[in-house]
Order: sequence, then C-alpha cells, then structure tokens
Amino acid sequence: MKRRRLRGLRPRLVVAFGLVAGVAAATTGALTFREARIGVLQQSQDAVIGQLRAQLNERAPELPYPPGESALQQIATDVADADASGSWRVLVTYRELRASSVPGDRFPELTPAVRAAVASSRATVFQRVDEGGRPSLVVGMSVTFGDPDGSRLASGVRVFLVVPQTTEQAYVDALVSAVERAMVPALGLAVVLALFAARGVLVPVRALRQATRRMAEGRLDTRLDVHGSDELAELSHAFNETAAALETSVAELREMEARARRFAADVSHELRTPLAAMSAVTDVLDEDAARLDSDTATAVRLISEETVKLTRLVDDLMEISRFDAGAAVLHLDEIDLAESIRRTLAARGWSDTVDTRLPPPDAARGRVDPRRLDVVVANLVGNALKHGGAPVRVRLDVHGSDGRGAVIEVRDSGPGIPDDVLPHVFERFYKSDTARSRSEGSGLGLAITAENVRIHGGTVRAANHPAGGAVFTVELPLQRDESSEEHPS
Amino acid sequence: MPRVLLIEDDRAVREGVALALRRQNHDVAAASTGEEGLEQLRSFRPDIVVLDLMLPGMTGLDVCRAIRAVDQALPIIMATARGDEVDIVIGLEAGADDYVVKPVTARVLDARIRAVLRRSGGVPAGEGLPKIDSYGELTVDRAGLTVRLGGEPIALAPSELRLLLTLSASPGQVFSRQQLLEAVWEHDYHGDARLVDACVKRLRTKMSEPPRAPRYIHTVRGFGYRFAAP
Repeated sequence: MKRRRLRGLRPRLVVAFGLVAGVAAATTGALTFREARIGVLQQSQDAVIGQLRAQLNERAPELPYPPGESALQQIATDVADADASGSWRVLVTYRELRASSVPGDRFPELTPAVRAAVASSRATVFQRVDEGGRPSLVVGMSVTFGDPDGSRLASGVRVFLVVPQTTEQAYVDALVSAVERAMVPALGLAVVLALFAARGVLVPVRALRQATRRMAEGRLDTRLDVHGSDELAELSHAFNETAAALETSVAELREMEARARRFAADVSHELRTPLAAMSAVTDVLDEDAARLDSDTATAVRLISEETVKLTRLVDDLMEISRFDAGAAVLHLDEIDLAESIRRTLAARGWSDTVDTRLPPPDAARGRVDPRRLDVVVANLVGNALKHGGAPVRVRLDVHGSDGRGAVIEVRDSGPGIPDDVLPHVFERFYKSDTARSRSEGSGLGLAITAENVRIHGGTVRAANHPAGGAVFTVELPLQRDESSEEHPS
Repeated sequence: MPRVLLIEDDRAVREGVALALRRQNHDVAAASTGEEGLEQLRSFRPDIVVLDLMLPGMTGLDVCRAIRAVDQALPIIMATARGDEVDIVIGLEAGADDYVVKPVTARVLDARIRAVLRRSGGVPAGEGLPKIDSYGELTVDRAGLTVRLGGEPIALAPSELRLLLTLSASPGQVFSRQQLLEAVWEHDYHGDARLVDACVKRLRTKMSEPPRAPRYIHTVRGFGYRFAAP
C-alpha cells in the first residue's frame, strides 16, 4: 500500500514538476551567473589593465636605466597610490632587484607561471587567483623601450600588480544567492502547479475507478459525467459507451437466459397435464394387464412403468427449473432431525438395510424444510444403495456446543467413486460410465440434493473413505426458534 | 360408495381421474369449470369435492370460497402443482381440507379421499375419554361430533374438527406440526406444515379466539401446538 502510494500519479507529477523547475532554475541561474561573472570580471580586469598601462606609460620615461632599487620603489609606490581605492599592491622587479608598494609583501598570489609568462612575452599577462578564499586579479607586464625605428626592446623591468577582487566576488555571490533564493519559490510554485495538474488528472481518474468498481458490483447503469473535451473526457466518454454496450449485451443475455429458463419451466409444466391424466390411469393399466394377451400386457406394463419414470423426470425438471429461477421457497418447521431421518428410511422400507447412528431425541432440533430434508436423505441413501453397496451407514452429528450445525454422513461399502467422476457427481444428467449409469431415476437426484442443501445455507461434499466406499457429507446450519411467545396466526 | 365431485378443466385428466376413481368404487361426477361444478353441487350432492386450483374463468379459490359460504362441513381436496403461482396457503385458508400435488396416481388420491372422509367421523386417541367434554365456554361432543362455543354450535370443516379432537384429547400435550399432519391428515412425516398452520388459523377464527392471546389452542414456538382449557 505504502509503496503504491509513493508510486502514485500525484507524487510522480510533483517530483517531475519539481525536477523540471529545479533544473530550469539551476540552468538559468548557472548561465546567468556565468555571463554576469565573466562580464563583471572582464570589466574590472580591463579597467585595471588600462589604468596600469596609463600609469606605466606616464612613469616609464622618467625611469633611469638601469634602474636602482629606489627608482623601482618609487614606481611601485606611485602606481599603487594612483588607484583611488588604495587596494593595489605593486611589485616591480629588475633582474635581482625587487620593490613592492607594501613593505615586506611576499606576494603569495604571484604564481611561477605568471612570472614565466611575463618573462617570455611582451604582452600583458593576467591571472585570477584564489589565495586563502580571497580572490585577486594578478597582472604582470614588462616595461619596453620603443626604438625610433619602431621595434620594441624589453627593458627587463617587470611590474606586477595584485588587485583584490572581493567586491566582484561579493557581486557574484549576491548573484548566486539570488538564484538560490529564486529557486525556492520556483520549486514551491512548481509543486503547487503539479498538485493542481495532478488533481485535474486524478479527479476524473478516481471517478473512473469508482465507476469501474460499481460496474464490477453489477450496477451496469453506471455512467460518468463528461466535462470538457480533453483526453480524459474522451476516456470517460469511451467508458460510458463501453458501459452502455455492456449493459445492453448483459440485458440481452439475461433476457435469453430467462427465456430459456421460462421455456424449460413451461415445457415441464405443459408436460405435467398429459402426465396427470396418464398417472391417474396407470393403476388401471397395471390391474388389467394380467387379463390381456401377453404382447398387449407387456406393452401396457411398459407404458405404465415409463409413465411413472416420466412423471418423476418432469417433477425433477420442474424442481430444478424452480431453483434456477430462484423461485424455490423454504417452508421451515422446527423438527427433530434424527426422527426425520428415521421416518425417511422407514417410509422407503430401508430401516433394516441401513445402519444408523443417530443422536437421542431432541438432541438435534432445528428449523429446516422437512420435505427438502427428506429428499436430501432419500436421494443420498438411494444413491448409496444403488451405486455403492450394503452396508450403508447414515450418521447424524450435531457440532458446536450450542448445536448450531448438523452433519449428515451417508457412507456405502461399494468400490467408491472414480477420481475423475468425483468433481461431477452433483452435475445434472452426469453419467460416468456404465457401472454407475442410471438404472432408474431422472439423473437429477444429486443435483437436486445439492440445491436443496444449498438453499438451507449448507454444503454437501462427495469423497471416498480411506477404508473404501463413497462418503457423502451434508453440513446444515441449524437455526433454533428460541422465543416462546405466541406467534400471531 | 363415496360420491366424489371432480372439478378439472383438462379433458384427459378429468376422464382419467374419473375412470380411476370409479374403479376404486367411488361414484364420480365431473365438471370442467367452476360454475358447472357449483351447479352440480346441488344436483349431485357429493360427499367430497376434488378441485383443481388452476381453472379458466372462475378460479379454484373462488369455487372453494363459494362452497364454504353454503357448506362448512363438505370436505374439499385441492389438486395443485407444487411450486405453482397459486399459493397452497391461500387455498387452505379459503377452506380446503387437504391438497394433492399433480400428477397424482389414483391410489394416492383414493387414499387421501378416504382419509378426509374418515375425519368427519371417528375419534383419534379418544378411547376412554368422556363423550362430552367442556373446556370453559367450549363443549366438544366426541360422539355426536359437534362443537359448541357458549352454547352455540360451530360449523367445522372435517380437518378442523379432527384437529380440534386430536388436540383436545390430550390437553397440555404439545403436538409437533409433523405429528399433527400424520394424525389428522394421514400425510407422511415430511408433509407441508403450512397445512397445519392454515387449519389452526381457520379453527381459531371460527372459535372467535382473540388474535394475539388464544384461549384454547396455544402455539409453542419451535415445537407446535398445545390445547389448554382456560
């Protein structure tokens, strides 16, 4: 969840916007800074060099040659004093002689490279150095003599000038901090914009998500409000079209299904009327068959027997179609389950063939539909006798300290159910093989059993017992009627 | 020979059931509509009516109410299809004594007819009891099969009479619905308890029981019914 949150659209948009704003601000700042710095330094450097040239041009002609130390000192002092700010430090050298404007100045800023460059060329040399955090401009030039023929000779006098550039540095620092300060509101603004943009995307996306969930819950009439004409609006529009198409096709499917179900129910219903007439006379046929010639008697008995089967089949079909249509109703009555099972077995003449393990009277009472419970037990026991083999055991247990559930287990002593058949035993008209084929019954018995258990809110399972034989287990929730008041009837 | 009036709209069913019932020694008259059936009621004077609930025109329910309006004691068996739209309970409350689910074999229908007819006579579990019992305002004559409330006779349908006789034979004993189905209707144990509830309701109405505080027939929640002398 947390990881998903971090990878959500909103944080991603915020990060992206922030990055863009940051990179933009930093790039702009860097470029501005560079240009400004170059401009500021260039200007100050040009001014310094210009000023130095002017000073030297003025003072060089007065210089005795070869100069003495005092002359060099004089020049150094004069040049340094010429600057209004008084921050110039001047060094003049000739061969081994050194004179500086500030006595004892060691000129740490003066790099050998500058010295070498000044020594080797007549051009003005300058270098920006940063000595101990104090940036300075170092300028060096040779004093030359101009010949009348126009060529120039190096006099050997070299002048070095060190100008602190703290003002320029402060100016540049101010620029940098201005850029830094601008970055914070720029980022803040970017985040706010990102949140707005995210909201613009997320609101429709969230609406879409909720609508999709509603659709998944089966509310196919869900539609989105479409605002504007951007891609999200198009998406919402496409969603609405899809939902409408889905709703239409689902409605068609449901209609078809309902028609098919109605058809099955109607067919069974229509079959019942002729069967009612036929059922009424089967007893007459059975009674008189003995008095007919053998072929007619066989035919008559066949019609009688098949009428009984057909009646059962149609009855089961109607039962199944009522389950399918959701029209099956429970008629609950609080009964003693053990008694009910005993009666089911007795009514079908199975009391002697089936072993029972039932709790004492009133130990297993609950509200069930007695007719449906009878159908469940009769179908399972009938199935066990027909396909499994004797002895068949029926066990009823109440579980839970409050007797909230009942377990009915029907176990036979047959070969068990093949593994490939097990998953299908409760399917309609499922025939596994000739061994378990339907000798009688509609092929709907176990399907109806399963539906009858389900409508009680219970479950039924088929399995094979380790010791052999098939085991059908029914679990039923048992509601008790606990109030003792009169019910108004 | 019981006289059975069969009201059934489908010709084949009508003829088949009539033929089979005649073979079971019943004297059968058949009608194809409710109106015709009510007509024959006067001329044929049946002992019992077998009534299809799904009739064209006048419904089985209307026929049932019309019969009950003139004759409280004539036994009526409804023929219905399980799960049909017409609720069995409505039929029972309209005054039917019993119902069979179609398709039904002649043997089953015959057994039902005879059971309903038996209810008009005979006393279940009543041997050794005094012939006439009085419980408060209620007087039950087990020999003459009459019931009086405050001296006035009450006209009861056969199933109502049999139910009252069964319950009052053992005052204080609780009968489950399934037990009553077996004792009164001779159904099997897994019958439809609605039959009992509907009959109790009709009986209480005829005995002018106060709706929420019955004096004679008490409901024991989760178990069934119990008769008590007030």
